[in-house]
Amino acid sequence: MGLLLLGIACVAAGGIAALAASRSPARASRLAAAGVVTGAVLGLVAAGRVLLTARTEELVRAWDVPYGAIVLRLDPLAAIFLVPLFVLSALAAVYGTRYLADEAAHHSLGAHWFHLCTLLAAMAVVLLARNAVLFLVAWEVMSLAAYFLVTFSHEREEAREAGWTYLVATHLGTAFLLAMFVLLGRAAGSLDFDRMRQAGLAGSPLATAVFLLAVVGFGTKAGFFGLHVWLPEAHPAAPSHVSALMSGVMIKMGIFGLILVLSLLGPPRLWWGGALVGIGAASGVLGVLFALAQHDLKRLLAYHSVENIGIITLGLGLGVTGAAAGLPVVSFAGFAGALFHVLNHALFKGLLFLGAGAVAQATGSRNLDRQGGLLRRMPWTGGTFLVGAAAISGLPPLNGFVSEFLVYFGAFSAAVAPRGAVVVALVVIAALALIGGLAVACFAKAFGVVVLGEPRSTRARDAHEVGRAMRGPMALLALACVAVALAAPLALRLVAPAVAQVATALGVPAAEAPLVGATAAVTAVVWVFLAVIAGVALLALARRLLLRGRAVTRAGTWDCGYAAPTPRMQYTASSFAQPLVDLFSPLLRTERHETVPEGPFPAPGSFASHTADLAARAVYLPLFAGAAKALGSLRWLQHGRVQLYVLYIALTLLVLLVWKVAS
Amino acid sequence: MTGAALARLGAALLLAPLLYGVIARTKAFFAGRTGAPLLQRYFDLAKLLRKGAVYSETTTWVFRAGPVVSLAAVLGALALLPMAGAPAVFGFAGDFVLLAYLLGLARFATVLAALDTGSAFEGMGASREVQFSALAEPALLLALVALARNAHELSLGSILGAVSGETWRHDAAALTLVTAALFVVFLAENSRVPVDDPTTHLELTMIHEVMVLDSSGPDLALVELGAALKMWLLGGLVVSIVVPVRSGNPWIDLGAFVAGLLALAALVGVVESTMARLRLLRVPALLVSAGVLAALGLALMAEW
Repeated sequence: MGLLLLGIACVAAGGIAALAASRSPARASRLAAAGVVTGAVLGLVAAGRVLLTARTEELVRAWDVPYGAIVLRLDPLAAIFLVPLFVLSALAAVYGTRYLADEAAHHSLGAHWFHLCTLLAAMAVVLLARNAVLFLVAWEVMSLAAYFLVTFSHEREEAREAGWTYLVATHLGTAFLLAMFVLLGRAAGSLDFDRMRQAGLAGSPLATAVFLLAVVGFGTKAGFFGLHVWLPEAHPAAPSHVSALMSGVMIKMGIFGLILVLSLLGPPRLWWGGALVGIGAASGVLGVLFALAQHDLKRLLAYHSVENIGIITLGLGLGVTGAAAGLPVVSFAGFAGALFHVLNHALFKGLLFLGAGAVAQATGSRNLDRQGGLLRRMPWTGGTFLVGAAAISGLPPLNGFVSEFLVYFGAFSAAVAPRGAVVVALVVIAALALIGGLAVACFAKAFGVVVLGEPRSTRARDAHEVGRAMRGPMALLALACVAVALAAPLALRLVAPAVAQVATALGVPAAEAPLVGATAAVTAVVWVFLAVIAGVALLALARRLLLRGRAVTRAGTWDCGYAAPTPRMQYTASSFAQPLVDLFSPLLRTERHETVPEGPFPAPGSFASHTADLAARAVYLPLFAGAAKALGSLRWLQHGRVQLYVLYIALTLLVLLVWKVAS
Repeated sequence: MTGAALARLGAALLLAPLLYGVIARTKAFFAGRTGAPLLQRYFDLAKLLRKGAVYSETTTWVFRAGPVVSLAAVLGALALLPMAGAPAVFGFAGDFVLLAYLLGLARFATVLAALDTGSAFEGMGASREVQFSALAEPALLLALVALARNAHELSLGSILGAVSGETWRHDAAALTLVTAALFVVFLAENSRVPVDDPTTHLELTMIHEVMVLDSSGPDLALVELGAALKMWLLGGLVVSIVVPVRSGNPWIDLGAFVAGLLALAALVGVVESTMARLRLLRVPALLVSAGVLAALGLALMAEW
């Protein structure tokens, strides 16, 4: 515990030092990055020790705040979330030192680094806090720090809007959490999580209410579809290393919170699992569909976060279903898939956001249709982006496949069990298969249009590879995606204690045995991975030997004999996605604006399409417009006269006094 | 990993191109022509392997890696398929997910190689390929889960091994639905009529063929061999269900399996001779119906 706290202190100290060194932006960046990297190494050692020994460390101190107490506990569940937090934060910080170097003239980097370090430290405390007051304080610090990071480029209207949307969303979510903890606290007579757990709420209506509040409150942070509206705004607006951290780590705090509350409630109801599976399927499928329709690279990645949260939630739903239906194998595989995917998503989504930042910096645009041909100009960025794209699509032999495989494994076990939950399994399998296919489509589009082919703009043609401090973190993350896949059985063994902790808390009989089948399957999967990699190597060698000494020439791409092909004639991102976007048009409702060239002397034609968010358009915009209209009638209360405001306060106090005395 | 499994893998490598010959001869028969020799695909492969190569100036290493990765992935998937009653080279609980995703990897590599040329035609083919395969994937996995439910086991060896004449008597309806779904997936994934027409001469109407327009020489040979093996692989799934011969004598089993595959190829030829391809806009409906059939099959299997 001491080691971990020292690590968190290092991170925080890095932030404070950066703030103090604001005058020299380069030094501020270096100080912050040094603090974060040191803290991350210490934290990783502490978390790794807990995962290896499955032992829990604790620190309890009194706190003056009413109902508050400093209860910090490093258990396997917290550790499994701390690992991606520290890995990604160290790499993102190093990347940030170079990425922000050109911004120093316009923005205070010291303040930025301070907020970044605050965010990291607050997330670590969220994972450790086992008292509701401490948890909520850390949660709020995390949310506010992220707001300041999103609005880094505050001179742009888009960033201010995004920050505002995020701020409103996160606080609405926190309101639900507040209500939830009040309910739990009243039932338990204390705001310590241990007391809540001992209150034995399982099966009561109160437990159901708490579950629903947790789904909405934590779901807002995690980005369940419907509650996700802030995500596609905030991720593109933030600097890329911040997007990587928000998408890779911060939204997982919502998943962590949900698991935490589930484990406080004890044995779950069967329909909770079904509800989570439904939410997961909707988030996954709709997330990837909206991603397909995007033209902005970072917006596309943001929708993929919704998709991957969906996959994680499918795993959680299976875990809960298994716990409620008495199917330990299903429960363990579901939770293992979910927790493993948390780690994997941090690796490949972090990599993809860092890559998107490198592309945006090199070409000055995030628009997919202004890129192209970057693989020749930016071999490192292009190559690592390919690894990330294949990993997030769940393709073998990379880490994304392994965690999705575990979720599949749980679903199959549910489908073939004698008293199996067939419908839940059917939904999980159909959703995962559809998500997998659509994700391949989406990343074929993203990678193909951005990195392959010919440049579609002059900026893309003149692009240069980014600096070493940005290449290094991307290369390490790509390497990690491969390494985690090839060492999957080992990684699964590290996840196992956290899975066992969650499953035990949910009333599944405690044993290591339920993961034996999954571990054996994952081990066999790795052997096939190795066989395929060996096959690739052998075939590549054979191809090289065959072509040796033969005529290998270069010519133009086949164009049906057309005389003057230009890069603008390539398939674009919109045209690539068009068949699928049209197929799902009832959900996506893409708007098209086109002027078709007509007549003998046609004017220049144009085409543009835009896909607005379903939830924002159908629910939130009308809701907030209606609220603004309804509340407008109260505007006479607000007129700027301070004396009358003081009168309001005095009257309120009087009413409260009368009420207190009367009761 | 047994000798029998490796021998069957070798048989697949050797015999897969023959399926194309059978299809071509069947179509020639219906058209009243003599048709190309049965072994034409072997002659093509031999010719391509002897040639040099021409690459587009636009392409990078992704284009060169495409056929290699694609063929390696299909070979990996083939190593997971139990053929003719013998266990596969690799077999474990849930192996069919890896099989489906390895086919996904092969597709991803082909699609990226197509996009690497910067050609609008190849982009178009790639776009159609990812659309149709995204819709075919749920059908494939649901069909296999329906069979898994029948076997109460999760490895492809036990799943296919559990299908027998007895199962057909008990669960004819469910098995028919599952087979129909798998047959549609087989046609779609192998770019056959009614989803794609491999003999079309117009780039605008192609799907698979247009993606490999710029491949030549040994690269094209790898692509063609990969396509043949994929047909063997998905055909093998259908045949294992429809012709569940388990005599115990490996020669009879293998003979029945290969005969089944050749009959399936003839059936593809019949389909291509007797019906036109669907309009591209109608193909999704076909693939989604296959998914629904598979889900129904799973539900009926659940009743049992």
